[in-house]
Amino acid sequence: MKLLTHNMLTSKCLKGVNVGYPLGIVAKDIKVLETEFNSEFVLRIIPKLDWDTLWNAADSIGHSGDLPRTLCDDYENDVEFLKKAHHVLLEVEVINGELVCPESGRKFAINKGIPNMLLNEDEL
Amino acid sequence: MTSQKWRKYLLWFANEHVEFRLPEIKSIASLFNINIRWIEKPNQHPYWVVELPSEKAARQIASRSVGLRSCMELWAQGKTEEELHKNVRSYPMELMKPYFKPELSFKIHVETFCNRQSQAEKVSKIESFSYLPLEGSVKLKNPDVCLQLLEYYGLDSNHIPEKPYKLFFGRWIADGQRDVITMLSLKTRKFIGNTSMDPQLSLYMANQALVQPGDLVLDPFVGTGSLLVAASHFGGYVLGSDIDFLMLHGKTRPTRIQPKKERDKDESICSNMLQYGKGSQYLDVIVADASLPLWRPSFKLDCIITDPPYGIREATERIGTTKNYQISNHHLEGHIPSKVEYGLHQIYQDLFQFAAQHLKMGGRLVCWIPVVRRDYSEDRLPMHPCFQLVANCEQVLTKFTSRRLLTLEKLHEPQEKYTGSDVNSLMGDFRAKFFQYGEEQRKKRKLRKMLATQAYRQREEKEANCRAQLEDRDSSSSER
Repeated sequence: MKLLTHNMLTSKCLKGVNVGYPLGIVAKDIKVLETEFNSEFVLRIIPKLDWDTLWNAADSIGHSGDLPRTLCDDYENDVEFLKKAHHVLLEVEVINGELVCPESGRKFAINKGIPNMLLNEDEL
Repeated sequence: MTSQKWRKYLLWFANEHVEFRLPEIKSIASLFNINIRWIEKPNQHPYWVVELPSEKAARQIASRSVGLRSCMELWAQGKTEEELHKNVRSYPMELMKPYFKPELSFKIHVETFCNRQSQAEKVSKIESFSYLPLEGSVKLKNPDVCLQLLEYYGLDSNHIPEKPYKLFFGRWIADGQRDVITMLSLKTRKFIGNTSMDPQLSLYMANQALVQPGDLVLDPFVGTGSLLVAASHFGGYVLGSDIDFLMLHGKTRPTRIQPKKERDKDESICSNMLQYGKGSQYLDVIVADASLPLWRPSFKLDCIITDPPYGIREATERIGTTKNYQISNHHLEGHIPSKVEYGLHQIYQDLFQFAAQHLKMGGRLVCWIPVVRRDYSEDRLPMHPCFQLVANCEQVLTKFTSRRLLTLEKLHEPQEKYTGSDVNSLMGDFRAKFFQYGEEQRKKRKLRKMLATQAYRQREEKEANCRAQLEDRDSSSSER
């Protein structure tokens, strides 16, 4: 699971959970893999992000590096910044671990990089 | 001044998935903002004569189209060879001259539709153009200018006429994307399953969805990710979700005929993306139930392409139970949730509502929908107030059933809670009907076979009787 995906995921599927965001991350295994930098994609994805959530998520698994805590106004032209964002969004991957619902504490396993957001039949 | 740039072009198509041609070209035209002037109304013939504002527009269309074989600047056409040559001769020389310069190498390529020709025939056809003042040298590989003669022998390969119905001559501009179909072939793909979509249809879907470089594309019934492969080919960044844990982990039974009982360890959607060099555009896949909310409400996607399960080869299921119980703590670890039927009409209702919420304005949902052919009419398709139906193409599956590729464009943000359209009974009982018709057909076939066997036996008996009578007569006559 990449942090980009984490930024969009919720545990709203749970009964009684209204927001279910942001999910906590318990990372047992993290892989950092280089991927091709595409400034156009990063530029388009940043407005969709919840930046605080991204920074906190990266920080909680020890990969915030020197990613700025807040978005500056002029980030469009700052290639260095876009590369840092690219790294945190697309190159840091949680391979094994858990996602934790902020409201109920329900844990969702991440195996081999794939989060399992399925509920059990008695939770519906 | 600008009107002079408009030229006639010939779009030459493969004779496959005919219904998808026009929607595809229209989608590509809207993608590049190309205004196409139709000279003839598009018909079932594999060629269309159109006017385009520039050669660049022609190249752009060819750079995306999977149905297109090639595109040429049309210089002349004719119903006979004589007429074609007459028309080539009357085509303005100042338009041809720039391509006849001595420094430009050239070749003339001859292609036939629904016929074959020998090399000698080809050469004689090429030589028939010797009156053209071509000054450059001949170069067969990558010439500067490629002139093309296309001969159309109709669509019926059982009755090929001696002379072509139609001939076209012009300057070749570009080939379509037919090669990509082979490149993405399921035969050579690492991870495939029962219901992997064939590459050609997947590419059509990506074109219908207007996937562009840097787009965020989601398939909520991702399976083996065959639609994501096509979306990433056109530059999409892809996400998927599926209820099937084993599928996403590449642990389902292999569908290939092979001696091994298990799949390779590294079979996954991700490895498919790596196989085609699109690893950087793979975001994630998630095990999740499509009937429940998963994403942040404000999360907006550029395209959604999907092929939901029809309940035939892939089950239509969501998590649930009809009983009332609680799973005890010591059973929780490794518990596999039970599933209940997720009705087809419910699937589409949820999918449309999901797409209405999560697509950007103007974004497209492209999905298949299975139908019983004799029940089908367009007004019975499920609809959603936020969407406009842009295209609707049929792929016939059996005598009774087909699936339709729907292209829906988002026009409005969802206002109130959507409760589903009340006319979508169309595929509610698809599965039941599918098997009912199958059973009826089987019975009919069985009956036909039985009757044929009976008739054959009777005939045989009759013949045996005749023979016996003849023999009787013979023997009695000899006795006499």
